[in-house]
Amino acid sequence: MRPPAEKLIRALKVAVFLLCLAPAARLVWKGFHNDLGANPIDVITRATGHWTLIFLLVTLGITPLRKILRMPWLIRFRRMVGLFAFTYGSLHLMTWLWLDKFFDPHEMWTDIIKRRFITAGLTAWLLMLPLALTSTKGWIRRMGGKRWQLLHRLIYVSAAAGVFHFIWLVKADLRRPLTYGAILSVLLFFRIFNWLAGKMVSKPSARAVGDLS
Amino acid sequence: MLIKKPSDIPSSEITSKSTFLSRRQFIAGAALTGAAVASGLYMRRSGWHLEETASAGAKIAGIVKSQYSTTEKPNSFQDITNYNNYYEFSTDKYEPAKLAGNFRMRPWTVSIEGLVQKPKKLDIDTILKLAPQEERIYRHRCVEGWSMVIPWVGFPLSALIKQVEPLGKAKFVAFETVYAPDQMPNQHSSVLPWPYVEGLRMDEAMHPLTILATGLYDEVLPSVDGGPLRLVVPWKYGYKNIKAIVKIKFVESMPPTTWSIQWPQAYPFYSNVSPIEDHALRSQTYERRIGEFQKRPTLLLNGYADQVAGLYSGMDLHRNF
Repeated sequence: MRPPAEKLIRALKVAVFLLCLAPAARLVWKGFHNDLGANPIDVITRATGHWTLIFLLVTLGITPLRKILRMPWLIRFRRMVGLFAFTYGSLHLMTWLWLDKFFDPHEMWTDIIKRRFITAGLTAWLLMLPLALTSTKGWIRRMGGKRWQLLHRLIYVSAAAGVFHFIWLVKADLRRPLTYGAILSVLLFFRIFNWLAGKMVSKPSARAVGDLS
Repeated sequence: MLIKKPSDIPSSEITSKSTFLSRRQFIAGAALTGAAVASGLYMRRSGWHLEETASAGAKIAGIVKSQYSTTEKPNSFQDITNYNNYYEFSTDKYEPAKLAGNFRMRPWTVSIEGLVQKPKKLDIDTILKLAPQEERIYRHRCVEGWSMVIPWVGFPLSALIKQVEPLGKAKFVAFETVYAPDQMPNQHSSVLPWPYVEGLRMDEAMHPLTILATGLYDEVLPSVDGGPLRLVVPWKYGYKNIKAIVKIKFVESMPPTTWSIQWPQAYPFYSNVSPIEDHALRSQTYERRIGEFQKRPTLLLNGYADQVAGLYSGMDLHRNF
């Protein structure tokens, strides 16, 4: 399939960008209209958490999608969606640092060492940080594509930590975190399958394989 | 594709100028979002409230004041009836308000049984006439770290207990919520074992602070908050306050409680509010009063230590919370 015209891709990028902003815009809108319910902080915390995971899963979904649909140009949306995952993740982290702990170092430290869901959540965010920082063209050049790609595989660990964060924080209703976990498993399985398939095809030639991007 | 050298980067990986620019917009957008969320919260704090919804509940006549009420400012009817845990309807705290509207609270019979001289099946309207309806403005502390001040209407559980004359060997009281999956959609799920069950030790049940709530503000208790009849034990975490009660049974040994079946370490039988006893999921040192921004310190036994600490003298409260 021929890739769409450059102009169309640019227009699509603007559309996707706005779409990615929509969940935050919705919170802001509801906040201004006093429509976030009795516990707005709780609503913001949950919403930003959900959207972090959703954007992480969408980011991880782009590679399988572009391969299955044979639309390689979809890669051009990946960085933007990934950065949105980081942004929502950072807003989510802020709700904990500020609105829950009020930057009290003792309270935060106790949470981190005592509660595995906090440990997992913080890990997920920390793993996203270097990926966001090195998301620019300049950093790809400086690191070299191969090393850059290797580093960016941390997103698998980050997404998994995010899912465990959610699983461990619920009291009884595991339906939603397990749904995210199932989607993540499918996305990771696709890569393993692809990698194995690539290995078999390329044998015994020395052609470069092992695309786990 | 194995990317070997920077020169091997396919053109599709190279940031176009538009993306580069959109990243700047993106950062600006993110900053704006943060600022807007913060100002939204600020406006809420500064009392920019919507109209409270009118309620269709019938008024309760002849409510008497009680010495046990707090003088703290109660939360709004709107907040109390739109934000609560009622897992029979949903695990989301905003959903029960939408789902409990058609819950049928009449006819309603409560079976009082077990180790008693006079077991009874009482109609709710008979129960309402057992004792004067009192206003009890209590602090309510949820184990999730939020709290409210709620003007319940109700009467001491002890008034009902005296009617059935418990036997000497009755040491605990077990409560049960109605099982009505046709009306309570989440009872079809298995997130918790249904029906919901709770329990109190006999002296806790007889304590004057322990009430059966039948109203909220000056209205009949809305179904969303556990109508027509729920337990309120203000020095314990909210989940002890079992809703929509259909059975009260007097027993000899400590009865199972739903949340302690679910997760024994996190939800012990006594579940007394304590700032020094951590829950598995959070520190209980502070709480956020609904409607407030800053957190406030949680009080031992939710501020009712003077009245109820005696119930637990000699007990290791660290082990028995």
